[in-house]
Amino acid sequence: MAGERRHKGMRLSKLYSFKCLKPFSKEDHSQIGSRGYSRVVFCNDPDNPEALQLNYRGNYVSTTKYTAANFIPKSLFEQFRRVANIYFLVVAFVSFSPLAPYTAPSVLAPLLFVIGATMVKEGVEDLRRRRQDIEANNRRVLVLSKNGEFSKTKWKNLRVGDLVKVHKDEYFPADLLLLSSSYEDGVCYVETMNLDGETNLKLKHALEITSVEESSIKNFRGGVIKCEDPNEHLYSFVGTLHYQGQQYPLSPQQMLLRDSKLRNTDFIVGVVVFTGHDTKVMQNATDPPSKRSKIERKMDKIVYILFSILIVIAFTGSVFFGIITRRDVTDDGKKMRRWYLRPDRTTVFYEPRRAVLASFFHFLTALMLYGYLIPISLYVSIEVVKVLQSIFINQDQEMYHEETDRPARARTSNLNEELGQVDTILSDKTGTLTCNSMEFVKCSISGTAYGRGMTEVELALRKQKGMSMRPQDDEIKANPTKSVKGFNFWDERVVDGQWINQPNAELIQKFFRVLAICHTAIPDVDGESGEISYEAESPDEAAFVIASRELGFEFFARSQTHISLHEIDHVSGEKVDRVYELLHVLEFSSSRKRMSVIVRNPENRLLLLSKGADSVMFERLAKHGRQFERETKEHIKRYAEAGLRTLVIAYREVDEEEYRIWEEEFLNAKTLVTEDRDALIDAAADKIEKDLILLGSTAVEDKLQKGVPDCIEKLSQAGVKIWVLTGDKTETAINIGYACSLLREGMEKILITLDSPDIETLEKQGDKDAVAKASFQSIKKQLREGMSQTAAAATTDDSANEKPEMFGLVIDGKSLTFALDKKLEKEFLELASRCGSVICCRSSPKQKALVTRLVKTGTGRTTLAIGDGANDVGMLQEADIGVGISGAEGMQAVMASDFAIAQFRFLERLLLVHGHWCYRRIAMMICYFFYKNLTFGFTLFWYEAYASFSGKPAYNDWYMSCYNVFFTSLPVIALGVFDQDVSARLCLKYPLLYQEGVQNILFSWERILGWMLNGIISSMIIFFLTINTLASQAFRKDGQVVDYSVLGVTMYSCVVWTVNCQMAISINYFTWIQHCFIWGSIGVWYLFLVIYGSLPPTFSTTAYQVFVETSAPSPICWLTLVLVTFSALLPYFTYRAFQIKFRPMYHDIIVEQRRTERFESGTRTASAVSGELPVQVEFTLHHLKANLSRRDSWN
Amino acid sequence: MSSNTASSSAGSGDSSAARKNSKRPKCIDYSSALLSLTLLDSKFTQQELPACKPILTPGWVISTFLIVSVIFIPLGVISLFASQDVVEIVDRYDNDCIPAPARTNKVAFIQGAAPKSCNRTLTVTKRMKQPIYVYYQLENFYQNHRRYVKSRSDSQLRSPKFENQISACKPEDDAGGKPIVPCGLIAWSLFNGTYTLSRNNTPLAVNKKGIAWKSDKEHKFGNKVFPKNFQKGNLTGGATLNPDIPLSEQEDLIVWMRTAALPTFRKLYGKIETDLENGDTIQVTLQNNYNTYSFSGNKKLVLSTTSWLGGKNDFLGIAYLTVGGICFFLALAFTIMYLVKPRRLGDPSYLSWNRNPGGGR
Repeated sequence: MAGERRHKGMRLSKLYSFKCLKPFSKEDHSQIGSRGYSRVVFCNDPDNPEALQLNYRGNYVSTTKYTAANFIPKSLFEQFRRVANIYFLVVAFVSFSPLAPYTAPSVLAPLLFVIGATMVKEGVEDLRRRRQDIEANNRRVLVLSKNGEFSKTKWKNLRVGDLVKVHKDEYFPADLLLLSSSYEDGVCYVETMNLDGETNLKLKHALEITSVEESSIKNFRGGVIKCEDPNEHLYSFVGTLHYQGQQYPLSPQQMLLRDSKLRNTDFIVGVVVFTGHDTKVMQNATDPPSKRSKIERKMDKIVYILFSILIVIAFTGSVFFGIITRRDVTDDGKKMRRWYLRPDRTTVFYEPRRAVLASFFHFLTALMLYGYLIPISLYVSIEVVKVLQSIFINQDQEMYHEETDRPARARTSNLNEELGQVDTILSDKTGTLTCNSMEFVKCSISGTAYGRGMTEVELALRKQKGMSMRPQDDEIKANPTKSVKGFNFWDERVVDGQWINQPNAELIQKFFRVLAICHTAIPDVDGESGEISYEAESPDEAAFVIASRELGFEFFARSQTHISLHEIDHVSGEKVDRVYELLHVLEFSSSRKRMSVIVRNPENRLLLLSKGADSVMFERLAKHGRQFERETKEHIKRYAEAGLRTLVIAYREVDEEEYRIWEEEFLNAKTLVTEDRDALIDAAADKIEKDLILLGSTAVEDKLQKGVPDCIEKLSQAGVKIWVLTGDKTETAINIGYACSLLREGMEKILITLDSPDIETLEKQGDKDAVAKASFQSIKKQLREGMSQTAAAATTDDSANEKPEMFGLVIDGKSLTFALDKKLEKEFLELASRCGSVICCRSSPKQKALVTRLVKTGTGRTTLAIGDGANDVGMLQEADIGVGISGAEGMQAVMASDFAIAQFRFLERLLLVHGHWCYRRIAMMICYFFYKNLTFGFTLFWYEAYASFSGKPAYNDWYMSCYNVFFTSLPVIALGVFDQDVSARLCLKYPLLYQEGVQNILFSWERILGWMLNGIISSMIIFFLTINTLASQAFRKDGQVVDYSVLGVTMYSCVVWTVNCQMAISINYFTWIQHCFIWGSIGVWYLFLVIYGSLPPTFSTTAYQVFVETSAPSPICWLTLVLVTFSALLPYFTYRAFQIKFRPMYHDIIVEQRRTERFESGTRTASAVSGELPVQVEFTLHHLKANLSRRDSWN
Repeated sequence: MSSNTASSSAGSGDSSAARKNSKRPKCIDYSSALLSLTLLDSKFTQQELPACKPILTPGWVISTFLIVSVIFIPLGVISLFASQDVVEIVDRYDNDCIPAPARTNKVAFIQGAAPKSCNRTLTVTKRMKQPIYVYYQLENFYQNHRRYVKSRSDSQLRSPKFENQISACKPEDDAGGKPIVPCGLIAWSLFNGTYTLSRNNTPLAVNKKGIAWKSDKEHKFGNKVFPKNFQKGNLTGGATLNPDIPLSEQEDLIVWMRTAALPTFRKLYGKIETDLENGDTIQVTLQNNYNTYSFSGNKKLVLSTTSWLGGKNDFLGIAYLTVGGICFFLALAFTIMYLVKPRRLGDPSYLSWNRNPGGGR
C-alpha cells in the first residue's frame, strides 16, 4: 500500500517535552495480577487455549433497553412502576370478582390498549437504537488473520488479542493498545471528540519495542498484556506488556479508545485489549440524569387530589349504602323492606345483618366505579404529545443551521413544557455566545498598532453608545483581500508585502517569524491546488499560522528537526525559502501560560522564540527588551477592552555556550522518571525563557455568534434573567457582556472582586487563613453595598419610572468561591436576583455547576444552562434544562444535554415559541383531562344517589371503558400537539408573553381547581337536566317510557358532546385537524353506538339496538342533548367572556390587537396586516417593559 | 442513551442529511406549490397550518348569547305547548285501596289472604284522543339496584338451550333443583296488579299487545322459551306466568324486565284505543296485589295521551326558557357593560401583570 509509507526521519516524540513520556507510578503496576487488575491479553493469539478459557466478551455492542426475549416482561415492569397504572391493574384483577360494578373485559380492554400503546412506543424507540447498533457492529475493520494478512472483518467479530489496523479518519473499533503507526517512532494523533468533546488532537505513543515496520509487526507474537479490568476512567490505564522475557509498563499513552478517531496518521496497528461493553466508552455510558418537569411533578399532586376525591366520594357512598342496606330488614329481623332484593337470602355484599362489612365491600366497588376520575390515558397521552412536540422542535426550519447542517434536536421529550417556564439562563461564553473560531484581527508591533478592522464587540459598543456609522466602513468594504477563515486583518501598511516599507520592517519580520515558527501546528499541503492548511491544537494557534502565511511567512513543511517557511525578505522583497532547525519545543501549559521554541536559523544563530500571556511575559523581558513596553501594554489593554484575546510575542538570541549547558540540564530533567520530573522540566525551561526582547502582541477575536445580542435582548425583554459564566478575564467578560447587550448603557454595574491592594498584600505574606478571612469580609461588605445600592434604586425608581435603573453584577472567580460559601450564598443570590444580568468571570466548571445549583435551589425557579464544551457538562446536568450547542466543540455537551441547538440565537425561538407553546399545551391539556374525567366521573356519582348507592353505573360497561380511549382522547392530543395561542411571529414579537409560563399562570392552582370545579358543575348540569327532562313520562309518541338503557345513552351522549364542545370553545387554534378530531370523536361515539348496538344482545346487553330503535327516533332525546350541551358550556363561556372583559390575559390582548389591526388595515395591502404596531402601542409596550424590569428588581 | 457515540453520531449524521434533503425551500413558489402536497407538508411541520383562531370579542360574546336565547326561547315555548297538549290522569291508589281498618298494618294486609280488589273512579277533564296509554307508576322502587339489575340471565331468556344458565340469578335460580325460567329477581318480582277499566259501565278495552319494544320481543325473549317452575320457590314474589305462552309473547314481563333507570318509574300496562271525552267517568277495578308497602313505595295508575314530544313534562320547556332567558340577560348585561365601560380592543394598557388574575405569586 503506497499511501502507508512510514515517515522517515520523523521523530515527533522528541519534540514534545511534557506530555509524552509521563512517568508511571510504580505503585499501580505492582497491583497487576491482583483483584481489579486481572485482565490478560494474548497479543495476536486469540486462539490460544488459555485465551479462549478467559472467555472475554466479544465486541458486539448493544445499547438497546430490551431484547426480544425480555421485552414483554421488562417493559411491563416499567409500565407498572407508575402508581396510576398499578391502580388500574389492581382494578382489572378485582374486576373478575363479584365486587366489580362492571364486567372484567371492559376494564381490561382500555388498560391493555394504553399499556400496549406505550409498549409499542418503547419498542419502536428501541428498534431505532438497535438499528444503530447493527450499523456499528457491522462496520469493517482490518484484522490480521491467521495467514498473516490483514483482512476485513466486522466490528462485532473482533476478539481480545486481535491485531487490527486502522486507517486515517477511521474510528477505533475497540480499546486498542497502540503497537506501531505509520510514523517511525510509533506516534499517532487521535481525536477524542466523541469522548470528551475536545477537538484538539491528542498524541499517542507506542512503546519503542513494538513500534516496528508493518511487515515485522505481523510477526508480533507471544506478547502478553496484563492489565486492569474494564473500568470507566477514560484517562487512566494500568498494565504491563510481557514480551520476550521483558516487562514493559503501559500507560494511557498507548491506549486508543473506542469511538475516538485516528487523525493525521496514515495508519496504526494495535492490539485489542477491551472489547464491546468492556471498552471505556461503553463503561462510561450512563443515562443522563432523568429530569422531570415541574408541571409533571405538580400533576402527580393533582392525581393525589383526585385519589382523595375518589376516596371521599366512595366513602360517602358506602356509608349511605350501609345505612340503606341495614334497613332492608326490619329491626326484629323478620320482615324485609325491599323484598324484591331478597335481603333474607343475599350474599355478603348486600347482607343487611352485616351492613358494615357490606359497606366495606361496597367501598371497594365504589373505588373501582369512580376510577374514571383518574384519567387512565393521561400518562400515555402526555407521552405521545411530548414526542410529537419534540418532532416539531426537531423539524423547525428556523432552528436549522444551514452551514453545519444541524437542526435543533430535542434529546428528551420530558422537558418540552419546562422550556416555557425558564426564569434564569446560565450561559457559557466561549463557543456558546461566541463562535470559538479565532480570527487574527490586530497586532501591535514595536509599539505601533496595526489592524484597522473593527471587532464585533467594538461595533456593538458603538451601537450601544449610539454612535453613527463607523468611519472605516467604506474602507473595509473596499478591502481587496479575499476572506480567509481565521484571518480578518487588514492594514494597508502591512498587507500585500507593504510592511517592508515600514520603518520598523525588521521588527515586523521578526514578529511574524515568531508566529510562523513558534507553534506545534502541522501543515497539510493540498496535492492539487498547492494550498496549505494547518492542523493545530488550538484555534488560536491556527489563527497565528494563517496570519503569518497571509502576510508572507508561509509555513509549509515540518520535519522532525526542521521548519520550512516561504518568506519575503525585507530588504530585497523577494520570496525565499528558509529552513529553521528546530531544537526544542517548550510547550504551552495552563500553568506556564507560554510556549517557546528554540531554533537555529539559516544564519546559524540560536533563537528562542516565545509567545505567552501578558501576565507571565512582561516579567521575563530583558532590561534592554522593554523598549516598547509602555505602548504595548496600552495596546493590550485596548485590545482586551475590545474583547480580544491577546498574547505577547518576544524572542531572544541564545549563545551557543549557554544553550549547551542548558540543554544538558534540560535533557537530564527530561529523562528523569521521578515524581518531580515535571517540576524540574518547568524549572529548566524557566532558565532559558528569560531576558526576552519584546516584539509586540497579537490580538485574536473570538467572534460573537450571529444574532446573539438580539437574542439576549429578546430574552431579557421576556423577563428571563441571564447569567454568563465564563472562564475569561473580567475585562473581556465585561466587554463581551456589553457586546451581546447583556450589560447596557445606563445600567449600573456592581463589580465584586478581590483585586484590592490589602488582600494582595496579605497574599504576599502567605498567610492563607488571614487571606481567606479578609476575602470573606471583603465579599460580605461588597455584597451588602450592592444590596443597599439596588434597594435605594428601587425606592427612588418608584416616582420616576421613566428611566428604570437596571443593575448588572460582575463577579470574578475568586470572589465567587467565597460568595458560594454557605454563609454568603443567600445574600449573593438575593443581590444577583435583583440584577438584570450577572456575569461570573474566571469560573471553573465546578463553580459553574455550583452556581447553577444555587440558582436552582435558591430561587426554586426553572433554570436553563446552555453550553458547548466538556466543561459545561456539570452545569448542563445540574440545571433543570440543559441545552447543548452542537457546534465545533464536539459532542460531550450535547450528550449531556436535553436539547441541542446549533447556535445560541436559536434559544430565542426554542424558548419563546416552542417553550411557550409546549407549556401552554401541556398545561391546558392536563387541566382539560381532569375536567373531562371529573365531568364523567361525577355523573356516575350523582346517579348512584338515585340507585341507593348500590354501585350500578349509569352507563353500559363498554361505553365507559371507551370513554377515555376513543371518545375524548384524540381532541386532547390535538390540543397538546397543535394548539397555539398566538403565532410564532407574535410570540417573538411580544416576548412578555413568555411570563405566562414563568409565573406559571396557566397551571396555577386557581386554574386547575377552576377546571375541576367546571367539571363538577358540568356533571351536575348534565345529570339533573337529563333525569328531569326524561323523568318518568313517555319519551316518545308511542307511549314508551325511559328505561335504564335510554337514560344511559342520552346522558352519555350529553357528556361526549359537552366535553368535546368544551374543547372546541377552549382551544385557540382551529385547523382541519382539530375539526377532524373533535367532531370525529362525537361521530365515533355514534358509530360505536350503532355497531355495538347491532351485536347480539347477549354481548351488547343494555345497548342492544338502543340508539337505532329507541333513542334516535325520540325528539326529546335530541332536545335534551341540545339543552344540556349548551347549558353545561354556559358557565365556562360566561366566565371567559367576563375574564376577557375584565382581566384579560396577555395572549387575549395580543390576539385582539391583531384582529383589530387587521380590521383597520383590511383594505390596505397584505403587508400592512403583518406590519408594525401603531406608534402609541409600541410606546406603551415599551413602557410596560420598563415596568416589568422594575418589578424584577424589586423581587 | 447512546453510549455508542460513534455509531450514534454517524446515525444522526445520516438522519440529518436525510432531513436536509427533505427540506423545502424557504421561499415557496405559491403558484406552483399550491397544488402539491409539499406546501401542506411544510406548513404542517412548521406549525403554520391555516387556522381559524376564535376570540371572544364583545360582538362575538353578545351575539352568541343572543343567538342561543333566540333559539332556546322558542324551543322552550314549543316544548311547553307540547307538554300542555298532553292530557294525563294520575291516580294514587296505594293508600286508598287498603280498607281503613287494615291501614295500621298495610304490609300484613297485602301479604294476607283478604281480597285485594278495589274500585276507583276517574274523571276525564279534557278530551283524550286515542291511543291513551295506561301506565302503572311505582315510586321508591329501586329497579336500578345493582343486585337487582344483575339478577337475570339473558341467554336463558333467548333460547331454551341455555335454560341452565342461571348462575347470575341467585337466589331465584332454581326451585327444588330445577331451573326457573325466567330466573332472577327481576322476573320474580314481576308486577302483579291488574286494572279493569270501564266507561259509563261499558267495559273499556285495554290492549295489552304491542307495549314492549320490538327488538326485545324478537331478539331478547325467545319464542320457544316457556316459563318453567316460575314462582315455585319457597317465597312467591310477584305475578305468575302462563307456562303455555312463550316469553316473547309475555309482554308484561318484557316491559317489566326492561329495568327502569330511576326509583320512580312508569311502566306501560296497555293502550286504550278509543277517544275519551271530556266529562267521561271511568271506573277502574283494580287488583291491589303488589306489595310496595314494606318499602313505603307509592303506586299510581296513569292514563295519558302523548304528543310528538311524549308525555306530560313541563321541565324541558321550562329549562329551555330559563337557559334562553339567562342567555338573553347575559347578552343584555354584556351590552351594557361594553357600553358603560368600553375597553378598546387589545388595549395594551391592560398588559400589566398586576391585573392578571394569576399574576400574584
